[in-house]
Amino acid sequence: MSNAIGIVFSNIHDSDLPELTQQRTLASIPFCGRYRLVDFTLSNMVNSDITKVGVITKSNYQSLMDHIGSGKDWDLARRYGGLRILPPFGVQENSSLYNTRLEALKNNVGFIEKSSEEYVVMTDCDLVCNMDYDEVIRFHIRRNADVTLVYSMADAAEMTPTNNTVLSLGDGGKVEEMAFAPRVHGKVPLFANVFVMKRDLLYNLVKDAISHNKHHFSSEVIAENIDALRIYGFEHRGYIAKITSLVSYYEKSMELLDRDRMNEIFFNNNVFTKVRDSAPTVYGDDASVSNSLIADGCVIEGKVKNSILFRGVNVAKGAVVDGCILMQDTVVCEKASLKCIITDKNVVITERRKLAGCDVNPFYLRKGSTV
Amino acid sequence: MYKKKECVAMLLAGGQGSRLYALTTKIAKPAVTFGGKYRIIDFPLSNCVNSGIDTVGVLTQYQPLVLNEYIGNGQPWDLDRSFGGVHILSPYQAKNRSDWYKGTANAIYQNLYFIKTYDPDYVLVLSGDHIYKMDYSAMLDFHKENGAACTIAAIKVPMEETSRFGIINTAEGGRITEFEEKPKHARSDLASMGIYIFNADKLYSYLEADDADPKSTNDFGKDILPKMLAAGERLFAYTFEGYWKDVGTIESLYEANMDLLGENPTLDLSDSGWRIHSRNPIAPPQYVGKDAKIRNSIVSLGCEIEGTVENSVLSSGVVVGKGAVVKDSIIMSGAEIADGAVVTYSIVDEEARVGASARVGEERASGNGITVVGRGCKVDENAVVGGGQILDICEK
Repeated sequence: MSNAIGIVFSNIHDSDLPELTQQRTLASIPFCGRYRLVDFTLSNMVNSDITKVGVITKSNYQSLMDHIGSGKDWDLARRYGGLRILPPFGVQENSSLYNTRLEALKNNVGFIEKSSEEYVVMTDCDLVCNMDYDEVIRFHIRRNADVTLVYSMADAAEMTPTNNTVLSLGDGGKVEEMAFAPRVHGKVPLFANVFVMKRDLLYNLVKDAISHNKHHFSSEVIAENIDALRIYGFEHRGYIAKITSLVSYYEKSMELLDRDRMNEIFFNNNVFTKVRDSAPTVYGDDASVSNSLIADGCVIEGKVKNSILFRGVNVAKGAVVDGCILMQDTVVCEKASLKCIITDKNVVITERRKLAGCDVNPFYLRKGSTV
Repeated sequence: MYKKKECVAMLLAGGQGSRLYALTTKIAKPAVTFGGKYRIIDFPLSNCVNSGIDTVGVLTQYQPLVLNEYIGNGQPWDLDRSFGGVHILSPYQAKNRSDWYKGTANAIYQNLYFIKTYDPDYVLVLSGDHIYKMDYSAMLDFHKENGAACTIAAIKVPMEETSRFGIINTAEGGRITEFEEKPKHARSDLASMGIYIFNADKLYSYLEADDADPKSTNDFGKDILPKMLAAGERLFAYTFEGYWKDVGTIESLYEANMDLLGENPTLDLSDSGWRIHSRNPIAPPQYVGKDAKIRNSIVSLGCEIEGTVENSVLSSGVVVGKGAVVKDSIIMSGAEIADGAVVTYSIVDEEARVGASARVGEERASGNGITVVGRGCKVDENAVVGGGQILDICEK
């Protein structure tokens, strides 16, 4: 068992994907056929032996609760520790919902205080990667750091309003500066919003921030202490997909059709998710499928290529699906034709309907719609 | 506090299944993979849960490791209960005796203490080697309506096949008048499905009498039921209509898998009203490669298909390499069919590997029968395994 607790922010980047977060948290966005984004984070926690994980929620979190339940599917239904959902905690002087990471932490200072583990790993749910937090903690200890920030080398163009912290690194990965939304080009060390520090330190930083009426964790708490604290950057060198917009959701999904990436993310089949007990997928006599990821419970009688089909998708005879992401229980009726479409759950595409987006601007159909 | 269950199910899962040859060298028959992601025992267990029976004793004896691990605490079937739930019952040493289970009746007899814990009114006895979807609560209603001592589920079979079954002759209303074990000239086409509901007190007394009888073979079909009939007890046949298959042989296991294929499969697993629950493997979605061709097949999680798959059933994590062809076959979980290999009319068991360009099996038309590659076996590159051959388990 690792000597760390995990804190997962489920709502932080909701505004980046307004389409997909209309009725859910960013954490519960469906991804890669049978997963939700939170699965990758929770699985990384469990695979790093972190078995006490708080998931901070704010709004729209029914789907998330439904998905993670008791945490059983991640082996996080434990007598000691395990999964803890941390919903908004209303106190009289602060009855509105929090908006920032720091406000969220203020609300959950009790969870931090009452744990006994030495370290804390904090992360968001917008990352699809296979990250070993234990390795980050070992790096943290080796550097005798106060705070370790995980970054990856990313294209500056991938920055978004909630994902724009660029680190300047010195010897051994010492963070010399944190720049927020700087004007930069090319590959930069982009902070992945994964923090490692001692639990006591986090507690004291948050308490101190409360008494000084601060609002932003990265800019007002971490960056302002850059000289007072030993802050180090740890580079995640493996594949990392950051879901920052609908277009990047589409691109990063399609990148998983690359076998090497898929094998890295799913190394040793160690990504866990809620089980649905679907039957295996059925391929009809006239089915034609190529270069696609297909989840369980689908019935395919038409043509599918370069696509990702979630559980229970139905593609009827004569239908053509190309470059699409079809979420759970989407029905594509006979002779319909789809290109570069993202359907949310329970969408019905009626007979002979022809719909097309393009790969740099996929067309999105909202949950439950019939076209 | 006094608690009870109306009906307790006892699932006979101890059989070796010797007619499945290599497929049951290391595992009990109920643990054999079926329909891609299931094991045979998922069917009776799911039927229990879907019928509202939440207390199940699973009697194991032969090679129980895989079965025990698979059932675990019963969570996949919602059978992890604080009162009731699923329990593995293996033979045990007692103060006055320590026996293996000698027959189906003896297995239940040795676990009467378990049954009595729940003080049930009825006991449902099931076998762990049948594929079917059945509402036991309808059968229990029938049993109660008739005021029966025992009700036996029966299914109509073609007259020419009656000599393979235990045949039940009935009077008006389903009352059983006679049993005929594999008769040459049957007078009825009702075959016993090996599913019994007993009034608990009747079961207790007949099992105790049976145990005291040194000449008994301790079998339900051969001893208990004929004795009950002879004593004038009310025995009824409950006629079941629907899909039912005994998968006790290689051929019938193969056929039952093939029944899942086709335009309107005779066995529908995607019925959300009667879900078959199973312990799901942890694996990503299946990947279908650029040159893959899959038709009329069932494919499970985690498979990687680069070759051709036709009229086949693939379990989770199966790899079919480039240019490989899998036709009319059943490939169980974790098996690999390497590049260019051809597998025809065969069953390839878990974790087996068919090397590149190897040939396994022959077309059904050759008449040589189904080829079996046992659990963990390796077929060398370019090797040929002829039709009807059975490669038994290969130790690592």
